[in-house]
Amino acid sequence: MALLEVCGAPRAWAAPAAAAAAGSARGSDPGHYGFSARAPELAVPRGMQPTEFLQSFGGDQERNVQIEMAHGTTTLAFKFQHGVIVAVDSRATAGTYIASTRTNKVIEINPYLLGTMSGSAADCQYWERLLAKECRLYYLRNGERISVSAASKLLTNMVSQYRGMGLSMGSMICGWDKKGPGLYYVNENGIRLSGDMFSTGSGNSYAYGVLDSGYRPDLSPEEAYDLGRRAIVQATHRDSYSGGVVNMYHMKEDGWVKVESKDVSDMLYQYREASQ
Amino acid sequence: MASRYDRAITVFSPDGHLFQVEYAQEAVKKGSTAVGIRGTNIVVLGVEKKSVAKLQDERTVRKICALDDHVCMAFAGLTADARVVINRARVECQSHKLTVEDSVTVEYITRFIATLKQKYTQSNGRRPFGISALIVGFDDGGIPRLYQTDPSGTYHAWKANAIGRSAKTVREFLEKNYTEDAISNDDDTIKLAIRALLEVVQSGGKNIELAIIRRNQPLKMFSAKEIELQVSEIEKEKEEAEKKKSKKTG
Repeated sequence: MALLEVCGAPRAWAAPAAAAAAGSARGSDPGHYGFSARAPELAVPRGMQPTEFLQSFGGDQERNVQIEMAHGTTTLAFKFQHGVIVAVDSRATAGTYIASTRTNKVIEINPYLLGTMSGSAADCQYWERLLAKECRLYYLRNGERISVSAASKLLTNMVSQYRGMGLSMGSMICGWDKKGPGLYYVNENGIRLSGDMFSTGSGNSYAYGVLDSGYRPDLSPEEAYDLGRRAIVQATHRDSYSGGVVNMYHMKEDGWVKVESKDVSDMLYQYREASQ
Repeated sequence: MASRYDRAITVFSPDGHLFQVEYAQEAVKKGSTAVGIRGTNIVVLGVEKKSVAKLQDERTVRKICALDDHVCMAFAGLTADARVVINRARVECQSHKLTVEDSVTVEYITRFIATLKQKYTQSNGRRPFGISALIVGFDDGGIPRLYQTDPSGTYHAWKANAIGRSAKTVREFLEKNYTEDAISNDDDTIKLAIRALLEVVQSGGKNIELAIIRRNQPLKMFSAKEIELQVSEIEKEKEEAEKKKSKKTG
Protein backbone atom coordinates (compact mmCIF):
# COMPACT_ATOMS: atom_id res chain seq x y z
CA MET A 1 0.00 0.00 0.00
CA ALA A 2 1.05 3.61 0.40
CA LEU A 3 3.83 3.06 2.93
CA LEU A 4 5.24 0.12 1.02
CA GLU A 5 5.75 2.28 -2.05
CA VAL A 6 7.00 5.27 -0.11
CA CYS A 7 9.71 3.15 1.50
CA GLY A 8 11.43 2.70 -1.86
CA ALA A 9 13.23 -0.56 -1.26
CA PRO A 10 10.12 -2.71 -1.60
CA ARG A 11 10.06 -1.99 -5.36
CA ALA A 12 12.41 -4.91 -5.87
CA TRP A 13 11.37 -6.89 -2.83
CA ALA A 14 7.66 -6.77 -3.54
CA ALA A 15 8.15 -7.28 -7.28
CA PRO A 16 7.35 -11.01 -7.20
CA ALA A 17 4.23 -10.36 -5.14
CA ALA A 18 3.13 -7.54 -7.40
CA ALA A 19 3.90 -9.49 -10.53
CA ALA A 20 1.93 -12.41 -9.23
CA ALA A 21 -0.95 -10.20 -8.16
CA ALA A 22 -1.14 -8.06 -11.28
CA GLY A 23 -0.65 -10.98 -13.57
CA SER A 24 1.81 -10.08 -16.27
CA ALA A 25 0.96 -6.39 -16.27
CA ARG A 26 4.43 -5.32 -15.31
CA GLY A 27 6.14 -7.75 -17.60
CA SER A 28 4.18 -7.18 -20.76
CA ASP A 29 3.57 -3.42 -20.30
CA PRO A 30 0.40 -2.75 -22.30
CA GLY A 31 1.70 0.68 -23.27
CA HIS A 32 -1.38 2.50 -21.98
CA TYR A 33 -2.68 3.66 -18.63
CA GLY A 34 -3.95 0.84 -16.48
CA PHE A 35 -6.83 1.92 -14.30
CA SER A 36 -5.86 -0.10 -11.27
CA ALA A 37 -5.02 2.01 -8.24
CA ARG A 38 -3.05 -0.91 -6.80
CA ALA A 39 0.02 -0.28 -8.91
CA PRO A 40 -0.55 3.34 -9.87
CA GLU A 41 1.29 4.28 -13.01
CA LEU A 42 1.66 7.79 -14.29
CA ALA A 43 -0.35 8.51 -17.43
CA VAL A 44 2.46 10.46 -19.06
CA PRO A 45 3.69 9.83 -22.60
CA ARG A 46 7.06 8.16 -22.74
CA GLY A 47 10.00 10.42 -23.14
CA MET A 48 8.06 13.50 -22.04
CA GLN A 49 9.33 15.60 -19.17
CA PRO A 50 6.33 17.73 -18.25
CA THR A 51 7.89 19.11 -15.07
CA GLU A 52 10.86 20.62 -16.86
CA PHE A 53 8.73 21.90 -19.71
CA LEU A 54 6.40 23.73 -17.36
CA GLN A 55 9.15 25.05 -15.16
CA SER A 56 10.70 26.71 -18.16
CA PHE A 57 7.45 28.54 -18.85
CA GLY A 58 6.33 29.38 -15.38
CA GLY A 59 7.92 30.31 -12.12
CA ASP A 60 9.98 33.42 -11.62
CA GLN A 61 11.78 33.49 -14.94
CA GLU A 62 11.37 36.50 -17.16
CA ARG A 63 9.91 35.30 -20.38
CA ASN A 64 7.60 36.56 -23.05
CA VAL A 65 5.37 33.55 -22.72
CA GLN A 66 4.23 32.65 -19.25
CA ILE A 67 1.90 29.75 -18.52
CA GLU A 68 -0.13 30.56 -15.47
CA MET A 69 -2.61 28.12 -14.11
CA ALA A 70 -5.42 30.19 -12.69
CA HIS A 71 -8.57 28.77 -11.15
CA GLY A 72 -11.28 30.81 -12.85
CA THR A 73 -14.31 30.33 -10.68
CA THR A 74 -15.76 30.96 -7.24
CA THR A 75 -16.61 28.10 -4.94
CA LEU A 76 -17.10 28.14 -1.21
CA ALA A 77 -17.99 25.86 1.64
CA PHE A 78 -18.37 26.41 5.37
CA LYS A 79 -19.32 24.40 8.43
CA PHE A 80 -21.92 25.63 10.88
CA GLN A 81 -24.04 24.12 13.60
CA HIS A 82 -26.42 22.42 11.18
CA GLY A 83 -23.81 20.89 8.88
CA VAL A 84 -21.93 22.18 5.85
CA ILE A 85 -23.05 24.66 3.18
CA VAL A 86 -21.56 24.32 -0.28
CA ALA A 87 -22.09 27.04 -2.87
CA VAL A 88 -20.54 27.36 -6.32
CA ASP A 89 -20.94 29.48 -9.42
CA SER A 90 -21.45 27.97 -12.86
CA ARG A 91 -19.29 29.81 -15.37
CA ALA A 92 -16.66 27.97 -17.42
CA THR A 93 -14.14 30.14 -19.26
CA ALA A 94 -11.45 29.47 -21.83
CA GLY A 95 -9.34 32.59 -21.59
CA THR A 96 -11.79 35.46 -22.09
CA TYR A 97 -14.36 33.28 -23.84
CA ILE A 98 -17.26 32.06 -21.72
CA ALA A 99 -17.52 28.43 -22.67
CA SER A 100 -20.55 27.65 -20.55
CA THR A 101 -22.85 29.54 -18.24
CA ARG A 102 -24.30 26.44 -16.66
CA THR A 103 -21.49 24.10 -15.73
CA ASN A 104 -21.92 21.77 -12.82
CA LYS A 105 -19.04 22.40 -10.45
CA VAL A 106 -20.19 20.06 -7.72
CA ILE A 107 -19.76 16.33 -8.07
CA GLU A 108 -22.13 14.22 -6.03
CA ILE A 109 -19.82 11.38 -5.04
CA ASN A 110 -22.39 9.61 -2.87
CA PRO A 111 -25.34 10.75 -0.76
CA TYR A 112 -22.90 11.74 2.01
CA LEU A 113 -19.99 13.17 0.01
CA LEU A 114 -19.67 16.16 -2.27
CA GLY A 115 -16.69 17.48 -4.20
CA THR A 116 -16.37 20.99 -5.64
CA MET A 117 -14.30 21.91 -8.66
CA SER A 118 -12.19 24.91 -9.50
CA GLY A 119 -9.33 25.20 -11.93
CA SER A 120 -9.17 23.17 -15.08
CA ALA A 121 -12.59 21.66 -15.67
CA ALA A 122 -11.06 18.60 -17.30
CA ASP A 123 -8.71 17.90 -14.41
CA CYS A 124 -11.41 18.37 -11.80
CA GLN A 125 -13.98 16.24 -13.54
CA TYR A 126 -11.56 13.44 -14.27
CA TRP A 127 -9.91 13.16 -10.88
CA GLU A 128 -13.07 13.60 -8.91
CA ARG A 129 -14.84 10.93 -10.93
CA LEU A 130 -11.86 8.66 -10.24
CA LEU A 131 -12.27 9.53 -6.57
CA ALA A 132 -15.96 8.58 -6.77
CA LYS A 133 -14.93 5.21 -8.17
CA GLU A 134 -12.47 4.65 -5.34
CA CYS A 135 -15.07 5.67 -2.75
CA ARG A 136 -17.51 3.16 -4.17
CA LEU A 137 -14.88 0.41 -4.15
CA TYR A 138 -14.04 1.27 -0.56
CA TYR A 139 -17.68 0.84 0.39
CA LEU A 140 -17.93 -2.51 -1.38
CA ARG A 141 -14.72 -3.83 0.14
CA ASN A 142 -15.21 -2.61 3.70
CA GLY A 143 -18.96 -2.60 4.17
CA GLU A 144 -19.03 0.98 5.37
CA ARG A 145 -18.83 4.38 3.75
CA ILE A 146 -15.45 6.03 3.38
CA SER A 147 -14.70 8.86 5.79
CA VAL A 148 -14.27 12.42 4.52
CA SER A 149 -10.63 12.50 5.64
CA ALA A 150 -9.90 9.27 3.79
CA ALA A 151 -11.64 10.43 0.62
CA SER A 152 -9.71 13.70 0.58
CA LYS A 153 -6.50 11.79 1.30
CA LEU A 154 -7.13 9.50 -1.67
CA LEU A 155 -7.63 12.50 -3.92
CA THR A 156 -4.46 14.18 -2.67
CA ASN A 157 -2.43 11.01 -3.13
CA MET A 158 -3.66 10.56 -6.68
CA VAL A 159 -2.96 14.14 -7.64
CA SER A 160 0.36 14.54 -5.81
CA GLN A 161 2.01 12.10 -8.18
CA TYR A 162 1.54 14.66 -10.95
CA ARG A 163 2.93 17.57 -8.98
CA GLY A 164 4.62 20.09 -11.22
CA MET A 165 3.22 18.48 -14.35
CA GLY A 166 0.56 21.08 -14.98
CA LEU A 167 -2.56 19.86 -13.23
CA SER A 168 -4.89 22.57 -12.08
CA MET A 169 -7.43 21.57 -9.48
CA GLY A 170 -8.73 23.22 -6.34
CA SER A 171 -11.35 21.10 -4.71
CA MET A 172 -13.26 20.98 -1.48
CA ILE A 173 -14.37 17.59 -0.25
CA CYS A 174 -17.38 17.91 2.03
CA GLY A 175 -19.28 15.21 3.80
CA TRP A 176 -20.78 13.84 6.94
CA ASP A 177 -19.24 10.69 8.43
CA LYS A 178 -18.83 8.97 11.81
CA LYS A 179 -16.74 11.86 13.06
CA GLY A 180 -19.37 14.44 12.13
CA PRO A 181 -19.35 17.07 9.37
CA GLY A 182 -16.11 17.15 7.39
CA LEU A 183 -14.59 19.76 5.10
CA TYR A 184 -11.23 19.46 3.37
CA TYR A 185 -9.52 21.62 0.78
CA VAL A 186 -7.30 19.77 -1.69
CA ASN A 187 -5.33 21.23 -4.56
CA GLU A 188 -2.92 20.28 -7.33
CA ASN A 189 0.13 21.23 -5.24
CA GLY A 190 -0.68 18.40 -2.89
CA ILE A 191 -2.04 20.61 -0.12
CA ARG A 192 -4.78 19.10 2.02
CA LEU A 193 -6.33 21.21 4.75
CA SER A 194 -9.18 20.58 7.11
CA GLY A 195 -11.11 23.68 8.09
CA ASP A 196 -14.37 25.36 8.91
CA MET A 197 -14.50 27.66 5.90
CA PHE A 198 -12.88 27.68 2.49
CA SER A 199 -13.34 29.57 -0.74
CA THR A 200 -11.44 28.76 -3.92
CA GLY A 201 -11.03 30.25 -7.36
CA SER A 202 -10.37 33.66 -8.82
CA GLY A 203 -13.36 35.12 -7.01
CA ASN A 204 -12.45 33.76 -3.62
CA SER A 205 -11.26 37.03 -2.12
CA TYR A 206 -14.64 38.65 -2.78
CA ALA A 207 -16.42 35.64 -1.34
CA TYR A 208 -14.20 35.64 1.76
CA GLY A 209 -15.05 39.30 2.33
CA VAL A 210 -18.76 38.53 2.51
CA LEU A 211 -18.31 35.27 4.39
CA ASP A 212 -15.98 36.65 7.02
CA SER A 213 -18.27 39.58 7.79
CA GLY A 214 -21.41 37.49 8.08
CA TYR A 215 -20.27 34.16 9.48
CA ARG A 216 -21.29 32.81 12.88
CA PRO A 217 -21.15 29.14 13.84
CA ASP A 218 -24.70 29.35 15.19
CA LEU A 219 -26.38 30.50 11.98
CA SER A 220 -29.80 29.09 11.19
CA PRO A 221 -30.08 27.18 7.90
CA GLU A 222 -31.87 30.07 6.21
CA GLU A 223 -29.24 32.54 7.36
CA ALA A 224 -26.50 30.21 6.17
CA TYR A 225 -28.12 29.86 2.74
CA ASP A 226 -28.38 33.63 2.51
CA LEU A 227 -24.72 34.04 3.46
CA GLY A 228 -23.50 31.52 0.90
CA ARG A 229 -25.75 32.96 -1.78
CA ARG A 230 -24.62 36.50 -1.12
CA ALA A 231 -20.94 35.55 -1.13
CA ILE A 232 -21.17 33.90 -4.54
CA VAL A 233 -23.31 36.67 -6.00
CA GLN A 234 -20.93 39.41 -4.87
CA ALA A 235 -17.98 37.43 -6.18
CA THR A 236 -19.59 36.98 -9.58
CA HIS A 237 -20.34 40.68 -9.67
CA ARG A 238 -16.67 41.64 -9.43
CA ASP A 239 -14.85 38.62 -10.85
CA SER A 240 -15.19 38.25 -14.60
CA TYR A 241 -14.41 34.57 -14.48
CA SER A 242 -17.37 33.78 -12.26
CA GLY A 243 -21.06 33.99 -13.07
CA GLY A 244 -24.11 32.05 -14.13
CA VAL A 245 -26.12 30.58 -11.30
CA VAL A 246 -25.46 29.83 -7.64
CA ASN A 247 -25.69 26.10 -7.02
CA MET A 248 -26.11 25.51 -3.32
CA TYR A 249 -26.04 22.28 -1.33
CA HIS A 250 -26.60 21.65 2.38
CA MET A 251 -24.78 18.65 3.89
CA LYS A 252 -26.83 17.28 6.76
CA GLU A 253 -26.38 14.30 9.06
CA ASP A 254 -28.56 12.13 6.83
CA GLY A 255 -26.97 13.28 3.57
CA TRP A 256 -26.87 16.31 1.33
CA VAL A 257 -29.79 18.18 -0.20
CA LYS A 258 -29.62 20.53 -3.15
CA VAL A 259 -30.99 23.78 -1.81
CA GLU A 260 -31.30 25.88 -4.92
CA SER A 261 -29.95 26.98 -8.27
CA LYS A 262 -30.48 30.75 -8.54
CA ASP A 263 -29.38 33.12 -11.28
CA VAL A 264 -26.80 35.61 -9.96
CA SER A 265 -28.02 38.64 -11.92
CA ASP A 266 -31.55 38.18 -10.56
CA MET A 267 -30.14 37.98 -7.06
CA LEU A 268 -27.99 41.07 -7.59
CA TYR A 269 -31.03 43.15 -8.60
CA GLN A 270 -32.94 41.82 -5.59
CA TYR A 271 -30.14 42.87 -3.25
CA ARG A 272 -29.95 46.26 -4.90
CA GLU A 273 -33.69 46.83 -4.58
CA ALA A 274 -33.68 45.68 -0.99
CA SER A 275 -30.98 48.17 -0.10
CA GLN A 276 -32.74 51.10 -1.78
CA MET B 1 -1.89 -40.45 -6.41
CA ALA B 2 -1.39 -37.58 -3.98
CA SER B 3 2.31 -37.32 -4.79
CA ARG B 4 1.65 -36.31 -8.38
CA TYR B 5 -0.47 -33.36 -7.33
CA ASP B 6 1.53 -31.82 -4.57
CA ARG B 7 4.53 -30.53 -6.51
CA ALA B 8 3.40 -27.20 -7.83
CA ILE B 9 0.62 -25.93 -5.62
CA THR B 10 -1.26 -24.25 -8.42
CA VAL B 11 -2.48 -27.65 -9.53
CA PHE B 12 -5.77 -29.10 -8.33
CA SER B 13 -5.95 -32.83 -7.81
CA PRO B 14 -8.70 -34.68 -9.71
CA ASP B 15 -10.88 -34.75 -6.62
CA GLY B 16 -10.52 -31.04 -6.03
CA HIS B 17 -7.80 -30.89 -3.37
CA LEU B 18 -4.95 -28.45 -3.10
CA PHE B 19 -2.56 -30.77 -1.38
CA GLN B 20 0.05 -28.18 -0.46
CA VAL B 21 -2.59 -26.21 1.40
CA GLU B 22 -3.69 -29.32 3.26
CA TYR B 23 -0.09 -30.17 4.13
CA ALA B 24 0.29 -26.62 5.43
CA GLN B 25 -2.68 -27.24 7.68
CA GLU B 26 -0.91 -30.34 8.97
CA ALA B 27 2.12 -28.20 9.78
CA VAL B 28 -0.18 -25.96 11.80
CA LYS B 29 -1.44 -28.95 13.74
CA LYS B 30 2.13 -29.62 14.80
CA GLY B 31 2.57 -26.16 16.30
CA SER B 32 2.00 -25.34 19.96
CA THR B 33 -1.53 -24.59 21.05
CA ALA B 34 -2.96 -21.08 21.04
CA VAL B 35 -6.34 -20.07 22.41
CA GLY B 36 -8.31 -16.88 21.93
CA ILE B 37 -11.38 -15.72 23.82
CA ARG B 38 -13.66 -12.77 23.14
CA GLY B 39 -15.10 -11.39 26.36
CA THR B 40 -17.46 -8.47 26.89
CA ASN B 41 -14.85 -5.82 27.71
CA ILE B 42 -11.69 -7.80 27.16
CA VAL B 43 -10.05 -10.08 24.61
CA VAL B 44 -7.59 -12.74 25.72
CA LEU B 45 -4.88 -14.66 23.89
CA GLY B 46 -3.06 -17.56 25.48
CA VAL B 47 -0.34 -19.76 24.02
CA GLU B 48 1.47 -22.85 25.11
CA LYS B 49 5.12 -22.04 25.49
CA LYS B 50 7.50 -24.74 24.38
CA SER B 51 10.08 -25.36 27.06
CA VAL B 52 13.28 -23.55 26.19
CA ALA B 53 16.77 -24.96 26.38
CA LYS B 54 18.80 -24.05 29.43
CA LEU B 55 21.08 -21.61 27.67
CA GLN B 56 18.35 -19.99 25.59
CA ASP B 57 17.07 -16.52 26.42
CA GLU B 58 13.37 -17.00 27.03
CA ARG B 59 12.38 -13.49 26.08
CA THR B 60 13.31 -13.95 22.42
CA VAL B 61 10.59 -16.53 21.95
CA ARG B 62 7.40 -14.53 21.53
CA LYS B 63 4.31 -16.08 20.06
CA ILE B 64 1.93 -13.24 20.80
CA CYS B 65 2.67 -10.08 18.80
CA ALA B 66 1.08 -6.66 18.65
CA LEU B 67 0.06 -5.58 15.17
CA ASP B 68 -1.01 -2.12 16.33
CA ASP B 69 -2.09 -0.47 19.58
CA HIS B 70 -5.50 -2.10 19.50
CA VAL B 71 -4.88 -5.38 17.64
CA CYS B 72 -2.67 -8.35 18.39
CA MET B 73 -2.30 -11.88 17.13
CA ALA B 74 -1.08 -15.30 18.15
CA PHE B 75 -0.20 -18.06 15.71
CA ALA B 76 0.35 -21.78 15.49
CA GLY B 77 2.75 -23.31 13.00
CA LEU B 78 6.03 -22.24 11.43
CA THR B 79 7.51 -19.36 13.40
CA ALA B 80 9.53 -18.05 10.48
CA ASP B 81 6.45 -17.84 8.26
CA ALA B 82 4.64 -16.03 11.05
CA ARG B 83 7.39 -13.44 11.23
CA VAL B 84 6.88 -12.54 7.57
CA VAL B 85 3.11 -12.32 7.91
CA ILE B 86 3.29 -10.26 11.09
CA ASN B 87 5.72 -7.86 9.50
CA ARG B 88 3.51 -7.32 6.46
CA ALA B 89 0.47 -6.89 8.72
CA ARG B 90 2.26 -4.28 10.83
CA VAL B 91 3.23 -2.28 7.75
CA GLU B 92 -0.34 -2.52 6.48
CA CYS B 93 -1.73 -1.22 9.80
CA GLN B 94 0.42 1.89 9.48
CA SER B 95 -0.19 2.21 5.76
CA HIS B 96 -3.91 2.18 6.42
CA LYS B 97 -3.50 4.88 9.06
CA LEU B 98 -1.46 6.94 6.63
CA THR B 99 -3.95 6.74 3.78
CA VAL B 100 -7.26 6.66 5.58
CA GLU B 101 -6.35 8.49 8.81
CA ASP B 102 -8.13 5.84 10.83
CA SER B 103 -6.82 2.75 12.63
CA VAL B 104 -7.55 -0.56 10.98
CA THR B 105 -10.57 -2.52 12.09
CA VAL B 106 -9.78 -6.04 13.26
CA GLU B 107 -11.75 -7.38 10.32
CA TYR B 108 -9.75 -5.33 7.84
CA ILE B 109 -6.36 -6.53 9.01
CA THR B 110 -7.66 -10.10 9.20
CA ARG B 111 -8.89 -9.80 5.63
CA PHE B 112 -5.50 -8.45 4.62
CA ILE B 113 -3.67 -11.36 6.23
CA ALA B 114 -6.10 -13.84 4.71
CA THR B 115 -5.72 -12.28 1.26
CA LEU B 116 -1.95 -12.44 1.64
CA LYS B 117 -2.14 -16.12 2.55
CA GLN B 118 -4.45 -16.83 -0.37
CA LYS B 119 -2.06 -15.17 -2.81
CA TYR B 120 0.58 -17.68 -1.83
CA THR B 121 -1.77 -20.55 -2.63
CA GLN B 122 -2.24 -19.34 -6.16
CA SER B 123 1.18 -18.58 -7.54
CA ASN B 124 3.82 -20.88 -8.84
CA GLY B 125 7.10 -21.48 -7.16
CA ARG B 126 5.85 -20.56 -3.71
CA ARG B 127 4.40 -22.59 -0.90
CA PRO B 128 1.57 -21.46 1.38
CA PHE B 129 2.30 -19.93 4.79
CA GLY B 130 2.30 -22.71 7.37
CA ILE B 131 0.48 -20.81 10.07
CA SER B 132 -2.99 -20.27 11.42
CA ALA B 133 -3.51 -17.01 13.24
CA LEU B 134 -5.83 -15.82 15.99
CA ILE B 135 -6.33 -12.08 15.69
CA VAL B 136 -7.97 -10.16 18.52
CA GLY B 137 -8.68 -6.55 19.19
CA PHE B 138 -11.23 -3.80 19.59
CA ASP B 139 -12.82 -1.77 16.81
CA ASP B 140 -13.40 1.95 16.87
CA GLY B 141 -16.80 1.61 18.49
CA GLY B 142 -15.30 -0.45 21.32
CA ILE B 143 -16.59 -3.76 19.98
CA PRO B 144 -14.34 -6.75 20.82
CA ARG B 145 -13.40 -9.08 17.95
CA LEU B 146 -11.71 -12.44 17.50
CA TYR B 147 -10.86 -13.83 14.06
CA GLN B 148 -9.07 -16.95 12.93
CA THR B 149 -7.23 -17.40 9.63
CA ASP B 150 -5.80 -20.59 8.18
CA PRO B 151 -3.22 -21.40 5.46
CA SER B 152 -5.86 -21.57 2.74
CA GLY B 153 -6.68 -17.91 3.22
CA THR B 154 -10.13 -18.23 4.75
CA TYR B 155 -11.08 -16.33 7.86
CA HIS B 156 -13.95 -16.50 10.29
CA ALA B 157 -15.08 -14.64 13.38
CA TRP B 158 -15.24 -16.62 16.59
CA LYS B 159 -16.40 -16.17 20.18
CA ALA B 160 -13.60 -18.46 21.32
CA ASN B 161 -11.25 -20.73 19.42
CA ALA B 162 -8.04 -22.70 19.62
CA ILE B 163 -5.42 -23.62 17.02
CA GLY B 164 -2.37 -25.85 17.00
CA ARG B 165 -1.49 -29.10 18.62
CA SER B 166 -4.46 -30.01 20.78
CA ALA B 167 -6.88 -27.56 19.30
CA LYS B 168 -9.73 -30.07 19.25
CA THR B 169 -9.54 -30.81 22.96
CA VAL B 170 -9.34 -27.16 23.84
CA ARG B 171 -12.20 -26.24 21.52
CA GLU B 172 -14.39 -28.90 23.10
CA PHE B 173 -13.55 -27.53 26.53
CA LEU B 174 -14.45 -24.04 25.34
CA GLU B 175 -17.72 -25.19 23.81
CA LYS B 176 -18.70 -26.65 27.17
CA ASN B 177 -17.50 -23.76 29.30
CA TYR B 178 -17.99 -20.58 27.24
CA THR B 179 -21.14 -19.16 28.76
CA GLU B 180 -22.45 -15.65 29.34
CA ASP B 181 -21.56 -16.18 33.00
CA ALA B 182 -18.03 -17.27 32.25
CA ILE B 183 -17.23 -14.07 30.34
CA SER B 184 -19.29 -11.74 32.51
CA ASN B 185 -16.20 -10.04 33.88
CA ASP B 186 -12.57 -9.63 32.80
CA ASP B 187 -11.10 -11.82 35.50
CA ASP B 188 -13.34 -14.76 34.65
CA THR B 189 -12.54 -14.45 30.95
CA ILE B 190 -8.83 -14.60 31.71
CA LYS B 191 -9.39 -17.62 33.93
CA LEU B 192 -11.36 -19.36 31.19
CA ALA B 193 -8.45 -18.96 28.79
CA ILE B 194 -5.98 -20.33 31.31
CA ARG B 195 -8.24 -23.22 32.25
CA ALA B 196 -8.62 -24.07 28.58
CA LEU B 197 -4.84 -24.15 28.12
CA LEU B 198 -4.27 -26.10 31.33
CA GLU B 199 -6.29 -28.93 29.79
CA VAL B 200 -3.51 -29.65 27.33
CA VAL B 201 -0.37 -28.04 28.69
CA GLN B 202 1.99 -30.07 30.80
CA SER B 203 3.56 -28.65 33.95
CA GLY B 204 0.96 -25.90 34.39
CA GLY B 205 1.51 -22.15 34.53
CA LYS B 206 5.20 -22.22 33.65
CA ASN B 207 4.44 -23.12 30.06
CA ILE B 208 1.69 -20.58 29.44
CA GLU B 209 2.04 -17.15 27.88
CA LEU B 210 -0.91 -14.78 28.17
CA ALA B 211 -1.88 -11.43 26.74
CA ILE B 212 -4.99 -9.31 27.08
CA ILE B 213 -6.40 -6.18 25.53
CA ARG B 214 -8.96 -4.22 27.49
CA ARG B 215 -11.17 -1.71 25.73
CA ASN B 216 -9.21 1.52 24.98
CA GLN B 217 -6.05 0.13 26.53
CA PRO B 218 -2.91 -1.20 24.89
CA LEU B 219 -1.82 -4.82 24.83
CA LYS B 220 -0.75 -6.20 28.20
CA MET B 221 1.50 -9.24 28.41
CA PHE B 222 1.19 -11.16 31.66
CA SER B 223 4.37 -11.81 33.59
CA ALA B 224 5.14 -15.30 34.81
CA LYS B 225 4.20 -14.24 38.34
CA GLU B 226 0.79 -12.93 37.30
CA ILE B 227 0.10 -16.18 35.45
CA GLU B 228 1.14 -18.22 38.49
CA LEU B 229 -1.25 -16.14 40.56
CA GLN B 230 -4.15 -16.91 38.22
CA VAL B 231 -3.24 -20.60 38.07
CA SER B 232 -3.12 -20.93 41.85
CA GLU B 233 -6.52 -19.18 42.11
CA ILE B 234 -7.92 -21.62 39.56
CA GLU B 235 -6.53 -24.56 41.50
CA LYS B 236 -8.02 -23.21 44.70
CA GLU B 237 -11.41 -22.85 43.02
CA LYS B 238 -11.10 -26.40 41.72
CA GLU B 239 -10.34 -27.73 45.20
CA GLU B 240 -13.28 -25.89 46.69
CA ALA B 241 -15.58 -27.19 43.97
CA GLU B 242 -14.38 -30.73 44.65
CA LYS B 243 -14.82 -30.31 48.40
CA LYS B 244 -18.40 -29.18 47.84
CA LYS B 245 -19.03 -32.19 45.63
CA SER B 246 -17.59 -34.64 48.13
CA LYS B 247 -19.61 -33.01 50.93
CA LYS B 248 -22.79 -33.57 48.95
CA THR B 249 -22.01 -37.18 48.18
CA GLY B 250 -20.07 -38.02 51.35
